[in-house]
Amino acid sequence: MVQFQPANLDASFAALSDATRRGVLAELGRADASISSLADRFHMTLTGMKKHVHVLERAGLVTSEKVGRVRTCRLGQHALAAEAEWIDAQRKLFEARFDALDAILEDMKQEEKSGSAND
Amino acid sequence: MDQQMTNPTHVERLSDREFAVTRLFDAPPGMVFKAWSDPQLFRRWWMPKSVSGVSLVSCDMDVRTGGRYRLEFGMGDQTMAFYGKYLDVVPDQKIMWTNDEGEEGAVTTVTFEGQGEKTLVRFHEAYPTKEALEEALSGSAAGLPEQFDQLAELLATAEA
Repeated sequence: MVQFQPANLDASFAALSDATRRGVLAELGRADASISSLADRFHMTLTGMKKHVHVLERAGLVTSEKVGRVRTCRLGQHALAAEAEWIDAQRKLFEARFDALDAILEDMKQEEKSGSAND
Repeated sequence: MDQQMTNPTHVERLSDREFAVTRLFDAPPGMVFKAWSDPQLFRRWWMPKSVSGVSLVSCDMDVRTGGRYRLEFGMGDQTMAFYGKYLDVVPDQKIMWTNDEGEEGAVTTVTFEGQGEKTLVRFHEAYPTKEALEEALSGSAAGLPEQFDQLAELLATAEA
């Protein structure tokens, strides 16, 4: 289970108390984005968006990196860990399921072989 | 005897209310479809106890368009039932069903695509809303970006 550390919890909740910041997280869940494209997307100034991103960064929900003139934002460890964990849990269940299905398909193939041999 | 390498299982979140699982099976589509539509076969693999911790107690399935299913699982002395209706069944190709045990259940579509003697199985689950998907996933802690909406709402309620 992914657990927020208590120290992060306040920062996370504060970060999440704003609809734009929640929108930014959802947007970054789809793809990384520059601050200027996020500003465009949410119809606000660059400065305004920088402030939102900064709050999200402090909460560990977003990280950003400046390359040249462009600062690119992506989901931070907390957001990614939870998504990865969910995917991993699904994969484990389906792997176990499908391994069992593989075994049954093998049985069915054997039966089909012996069945046709008896024809 | 050689232990055959199993094919990889891919899980992908397609959108905020859908995810898909794909895997290739070394058997023709007709056979995979049968393992998925014959309750005696289906019950042997659908809920592996080693991973889920639950066992399948009963399994009734009438796999044809308009037919219904009901699966009962047991955990300790508790049982829970999952049930719904088959919306679209095309033998050897497709099974689509509803999940009616909850208020906002997903629609699940499984397709069987022949690739020579193999079958590519694609399991796709679509929830009516992103909240419904998040709720279904809520076992996996506070995390997905969309789930934050609910967290924030909860907090707002607690503060009020």
